[in-house]
Amino acid sequence: MSDATRSNSSIRTALKRVRGLGASGSHATSDFWWQRVTAVGMLLLTVPVIVIVMMLLGRNQAGAGQILGTPVIALIMLLFVVASSWHMKIGMQVVIEDYIHGEKVKLVAILANNFFALAVALASAYAIFKLSSGV
Amino acid sequence: MAMSIVHRVTGIALYFGTILLAWWLMAVASGPGAYAIFSGFIGSWIGRLIVFGYTWALMHHLLSGIRHFVWDLGYGFGPSEREGLTWAALIGGIVLTVLLWVLAYAFGGGR
Repeated sequence: MSDATRSNSSIRTALKRVRGLGASGSHATSDFWWQRVTAVGMLLLTVPVIVIVMMLLGRNQAGAGQILGTPVIALIMLLFVVASSWHMKIGMQVVIEDYIHGEKVKLVAILANNFFALAVALASAYAIFKLSSGV
Repeated sequence: MAMSIVHRVTGIALYFGTILLAWWLMAVASGPGAYAIFSGFIGSWIGRLIVFGYTWALMHHLLSGIRHFVWDLGYGFGPSEREGLTWAALIGGIVLTVLLWVLAYAFGGGR
């Protein structure tokens, strides 16, 4: 029996067989979308973050901590940390998938990428929260 | 075409550069001792070279990222437009990097 005959004999319709296989209606385009959302977010934050870094140059630890602990500045830095770590996690995953073809090595690399991005994000966020609470 | 790989390479450099960002924030949060170690490294010639490279990678990645947005929106696919966008990102990235470092020395140098 040829493939064509077999598929014709199925009681499933052609629509049933293809539904759910495309990008729409699934999460397949999620990374693509969030890569761009985080990019726009960082574009908007570029000037504020540059101003903050300029304000911090040459300060001692107490002075830098006081500035970074200011609510508006802490919020801007938090948004930037979240956007950048998310953006770089997606970007590195694309690089891994493009160049690493061994399934096991790829899996390890993707795991390491997730852990690295999360560690950077949490370390930065923890420091900002600590400075904000004035402890 | 070669510029596409520069976008990727600067992205990878920025990825590992975030260690510096996290270290900096953690050092400020940890106290004067930890901050002195961080400042000592960043103030050294190798530290400054890394941060200078980081600044360029960030500026170039930002501008060539905008170039990708132009393409996402369906513009800039003509041969001369492609070349123009690529050169704008390349030259703009260098100009912005130098401008930021001039500003950094003007603002931070006095403190």
